Amino acid sequence: HFGSSVASYFIFLRWMYGINMILFGLTFGLVMVPEALMGKPYGSLPRKTVPRAEEATAMNFATLWDFSGFAQYSVLFYGYYNNQRTIGWLKFRMPLSYFLVGVGTIGYSFMIVIRTMARNANEDGGGDDTSFNFSWKMFTSWDYLIGNPETADNKFASITTSFKEAIVEEQESRKEENIHLTRFLRVLANFLALCTLAGSGYLIFFVVRRSQKFALEGLENYGWWERNEVNMVMSLLGMFCPTLFDVISSLENYHPRIALRWQLGRIFALFLGNLYTFIIALMDEINLKASVLFLFTIFNRHMCKDEDFQQLEEEKIVKYNMTIWEASLYNGTIPENSTAPPIQVDPADVPRGPCWETMVGQEFVRLTVSDTMTTYITILIGDFLRAVFVRFFNYCWCWDLEYGFPSYSEFDISGNVLGLIFNQGMIWMGSFYAPCLPAINVFRLHTSMYLQCWAVMCCNVPQERVFKASRSNNFYMAMLLFILFLSTLPAVYTIVSIPPSFDCGPFSGKTRMFEVISETLEHDFPSWFGKVFGYASNPGLILPFILLMVLSIYYLNATSKSYKEANLELKKKLQSVRSR
Amino acid sequence: QDCTFFTRKEILRLHGRYHEMAPNVVPMDYTKDPDVKLPMQLIINMPELKENPFKERIVESFSEDGEGSLSFNDFVDMFSVLSEMAPRELKAIYAFKIYDFNTDNFICKSDLEQTLNKLTREELTAEEITLVCEKVIEEADMDGDGKLGFADFENMISKAPDFLSTFHIRI
Repeated sequence: HFGSSVASYFIFLRWMYGINMILFGLTFGLVMVPEALMGKPYGSLPRKTVPRAEEATAMNFATLWDFSGFAQYSVLFYGYYNNQRTIGWLKFRMPLSYFLVGVGTIGYSFMIVIRTMARNANEDGGGDDTSFNFSWKMFTSWDYLIGNPETADNKFASITTSFKEAIVEEQESRKEENIHLTRFLRVLANFLALCTLAGSGYLIFFVVRRSQKFALEGLENYGWWERNEVNMVMSLLGMFCPTLFDVISSLENYHPRIALRWQLGRIFALFLGNLYTFIIALMDEINLKASVLFLFTIFNRHMCKDEDFQQLEEEKIVKYNMTIWEASLYNGTIPENSTAPPIQVDPADVPRGPCWETMVGQEFVRLTVSDTMTTYITILIGDFLRAVFVRFFNYCWCWDLEYGFPSYSEFDISGNVLGLIFNQGMIWMGSFYAPCLPAINVFRLHTSMYLQCWAVMCCNVPQERVFKASRSNNFYMAMLLFILFLSTLPAVYTIVSIPPSFDCGPFSGKTRMFEVISETLEHDFPSWFGKVFGYASNPGLILPFILLMVLSIYYLNATSKSYKEANLELKKKLQSVRSR
Repeated sequence: QDCTFFTRKEILRLHGRYHEMAPNVVPMDYTKDPDVKLPMQLIINMPELKENPFKERIVESFSEDGEGSLSFNDFVDMFSVLSEMAPRELKAIYAFKIYDFNTDNFICKSDLEQTLNKLTREELTAEEITLVCEKVIEEADMDGDGKLGFADFENMISKAPDFLSTFHIRI
């Protein structure tokens, strides 16, 4: 009923679901289950227990919905995991497993995205025989085996849509263009789009500076708008600029498939540009590490918390406090080399160090949940209520609601595709800190598929010009690859440069997270393995290897180009032979 | 059995179906070769044909008198050609007959328009219909007479990948 372009979105969604199932399997089976089964139980260590102060509210629904309380101190988040090298009778190496699963999910995602891109490219190059396109559609599309009236209805609809798609392709290829006018209009449209992007960037810059001014003067003096100005402005820009881009694109008069790509590209640039200006506006005042943390909270609807930045100073303060507190247990004497047996204390009472990884994980989980809620509510209100309104109020309204404003909504392909891609980017960024994220995402995609399917069939009308989306799939893949690359940068940066929290997580006590690898090599592998590894990671060996890979990429590219040309030549020969 | 692609058992089963459409008219005993014809209205209500947009044309192409009434021989003939055992060339001949609405042995523009309207239940606009019909003639007409003769049709349909699988009725 809706054509292959809408279908391509759902096929993409289903493919994403498959990937998330694998990610879920990895994190659940190799990280969450071993810790739950073989690790120390809840309540045995300070990091695994809800602090005394929070105990009263720990079971409330509001706290659990916010992923604090009992949800925070469980296998769902980074902070629960113990830094013991091996756990249980299986001698399962938990920190190593956590690290490898984190790296493995990213590696697997890269591999599968590139493999799908390569497979799509192959199928396209196979060649579509279009010599009798319309004739075959006319004489061989009806399936004579159909006996069920519903199937027949669907078949009629699909044949009609297929004809309409082919007609659009034919009309586009026949269009006579006034080249100069079209070019001028397209340049004008791009200029307007650039102006919009620049304008939104400047607006964000201005608003962020203003909010910092407000923060300095004390937030109590200002009302709700001033406190949430930054988030509101970013949300409003995200809502209205895409519509503006849609209007601008009507100037360009492109084939609908190409117009969709321009639209996707512009919205993408809008989001990235907003992000970039936001960070730049903050960069001057706050140190770099803190702005990395800010990157994580960038899409957060709540007001950004200034406490995150004081993390490192806070850690020093807490460590000092803990030594004082321990001393108080020994009745006043601060032991230098303590030989007295440790006094038993309930883990809930021990003062805790800050755990930025869990906080980051929580932010991502909250973001995903709020994003899901927003999508569902938008569907229910924007599509369903609108359709109900148009259908039932049409009888008592002055103008025809179904043909004029507002009419039924069309399925917004670009918005939904981008939403899906950005959501996946969030999952990739956050799954290292919150192993529960892939599980939440699997659930979200599952419900989203059925909800959107129902919404499309019930409340939407097909687009006026349906187009064939055969090559759009690789375009979505390319965007996904780009986002995957961007999402892995923060996680990689934290693994390599930032020391893990001293009081929580599987890497506590180490200076850098990747040291778990060197530790494993020392303890679990024979000594010659470590030596070989040391030689292999020598820059003198790695640089020539990289050079070799670059040269082989160039060579393969050149040969594939020559194969494509040979392919085209053969096709032309076939056509001339056939038409004789 | 010699004239169709069916086995003895299948022909007997077909006879059962033919009989149950009009039990008062169709005799159980065909040894005396009775001259019984069933009208088109009865045939096109069969579950195998009911949803087909071309059901009238199919029945007309196989009826000897051209009016659409089928004797038992015509009935068996029809399902034999449409079964999966019939060869491609035979199917192409009858497909040409089916899509030739005005039976002038050519598929001309008006035939194409009628085919298209039946396929899309008249959902396309007039200019879209004209565009499609022009494209079909442009693609398939080899001898340049502006309409499709049997040779043009056969040339086009023999290269179609789905023809055998879609032009198939199982009974």
